[in-house]
Amino acid sequence: MAQTVFAPWDNPDEKPLIQFKNVTKRFGDFTAIDNLTQDIYTREFFALLGPSGCGKTTMMRMLAGFENPSEGQILIAGQDMAGVPPNKRPVNMMFQSYALFPHLSVWDNIAFGLRREAMEKTQLAARVEQMLKLTRLERFARRKPHQISGGQRQRVALARSLAKAPKLLLLDEPLGALDKKLRQDTQFELMDIQEKTGTTFVIVTHDQEEAMTVASRVAVMDEGRIMQVATPAVIYEQPNSVYVADFIGDVNIIEGAATPHPAGDGYAIDWAEGQPQFHAKTNRAFAPGQKCFLALRPEKVAISAEPPDEAANRIQGKIIDIAYLGNISTYHVRLPNGTMMKAQTANTRRLSRRSLTWEDAVWLSWTDTAAAVLEG
Amino acid sequence: MRRFTWFNATSLTLGFAFLYLPMVILVIYSFNASKLVTVWAGFSTRWYGELLGNQAFLDAAWVTLKVAVASSSLATVLGTMAAYVLVRSGRFAGRTLFSGMIYAPLVMPEVITGLSLLLLFIGIGLDRGVLTIILAHTTFAMCYVSVVVSSRLVSFDRSLEEAALDLGCTPFTAFRLVTLPIIAPAVVSGWLLAFTLSLDDLVIASFTAGPSATTLPIKIFSAVRLGVSPEINALSTIMIAIVTVGVITASLISKRASLAQQRDAQAAARAQ
Repeated sequence: MAQTVFAPWDNPDEKPLIQFKNVTKRFGDFTAIDNLTQDIYTREFFALLGPSGCGKTTMMRMLAGFENPSEGQILIAGQDMAGVPPNKRPVNMMFQSYALFPHLSVWDNIAFGLRREAMEKTQLAARVEQMLKLTRLERFARRKPHQISGGQRQRVALARSLAKAPKLLLLDEPLGALDKKLRQDTQFELMDIQEKTGTTFVIVTHDQEEAMTVASRVAVMDEGRIMQVATPAVIYEQPNSVYVADFIGDVNIIEGAATPHPAGDGYAIDWAEGQPQFHAKTNRAFAPGQKCFLALRPEKVAISAEPPDEAANRIQGKIIDIAYLGNISTYHVRLPNGTMMKAQTANTRRLSRRSLTWEDAVWLSWTDTAAAVLEG
Repeated sequence: MRRFTWFNATSLTLGFAFLYLPMVILVIYSFNASKLVTVWAGFSTRWYGELLGNQAFLDAAWVTLKVAVASSSLATVLGTMAAYVLVRSGRFAGRTLFSGMIYAPLVMPEVITGLSLLLLFIGIGLDRGVLTIILAHTTFAMCYVSVVVSSRLVSFDRSLEEAALDLGCTPFTAFRLVTLPIIAPAVVSGWLLAFTLSLDDLVIASFTAGPSATTLPIKIFSAVRLGVSPEINALSTIMIAIVTVGVITASLISKRASLAQQRDAQAAARAQ
């Protein structure tokens, strides 16, 4: 059955839920957010991804109302949020530390927000029970936060922030305190809950895997600016800058100069004296001799002992290091001019039958569409 | 390692003797049958009975209690407010000056605090009595409360308050429903500290007390100047007993709370 793809950002008629309009935020001399404009749509799972200090948390705190922009406007559902205090916004936040009230039981923590609006008693109880059920916490309703485990606390924090049915839920590094296995399970749980409730989620994270897993769109941030906003697949396969390519996943970056390829499609790239040119296709236009960067993912580089036939790019090198990760192995190969290049293969065979080892001379090869050609 | 050595035993004995010998002698002599303080004439509880019949002492005790309760409550409210503002408001011009000024009375000689308050009360024409002692005690106890409460607030997770705001609280309800219950132990110990400070203050009280109101320490001090009576010994023994019971109860309560917390945390870790 064909499903319509969820992509409200491609629909010009769609009204964004959140609009950042030329927002700048300064703390003293430090500019945390630099003239940022961005729309986020209803039902989106929007991830703000970046290293610490890139401004992602500041963006979130401005949405929650804990910080006010120095310049520019933030609109939620068309309404200007300037001067609206946190308790008057249709927004709830799940804190990195969870911020559960230690003196209240799980039940009372979840009911806390509902009690602030004059909600009828039976209705309130029903809502709390519903939230407990959604997060599978029924058994722990009477416990205090210090009497439950980290994963359960995380779910209490989620239930509490969802209880008021906010238009927008903000999640600040929600899974940072969980161990890896629990984190992966919880990511899928989060996506499931997001789908069930239809709430718009904005998540802040520095974990690129987490952002890629949960988000409908990822915004990669650096120094108060958004470098690229796109779906996880586009961010990974078609990064628009070396920064984004380098930040997401593992990548080989090769600097070179582009000249139109004699065959007429794509560019031939000079990357080192006396080495064969690389061939790469791209939509971007480069002037002859213009400086460019090839961003090549290690898993797109094939490694073989025999010279491959029919490869658009191939080059010989020597294996210096092998990182064995179980499911995959990463080979660090030194090219003739000393450049190191990473190639990755899936370990589909058992260890004993694989032939490549340290100091072996090998061939690396990739297609002319494997690498992204970037300006910088 | 041998725990018992002559050196250890000697230092322990000397240390505790210095601390408690005077009090032990006081307690023993409070049960002396003789009217002469320095001559032991057998065991008796007679002075405790006489103490209950001494109206002047009972009046002073009542005034002391009223002053202590009122001034420590007032000091707790003011001190908590001051601590909250100083810890929460972040950096502003003159913040260091403000916090320094809050703590300065801690090191100010009591005689000077007492004298300045006396001059103030005379200046504004306030008759000296219970009210002036309460005001004076509030003034100096408030600094202690503010020190105790702000040390708790510094380690208080700010995001708890933000979560309360986020869930629909006004800043005041967030303070009432979240901050205050969590820092309550610090506020209570601030109150207890203020209470005991007020209870045994002699210097500031003697500056600000008037003929209509005398506190117990003033009463004891002036009585002793006429000679130590066994009644005073009995009174002091009662005060020692009250303080001891209070301190032991407080430490037992906090110890049980922390044990329960530990147990719960372990249970949670196992359940994970």
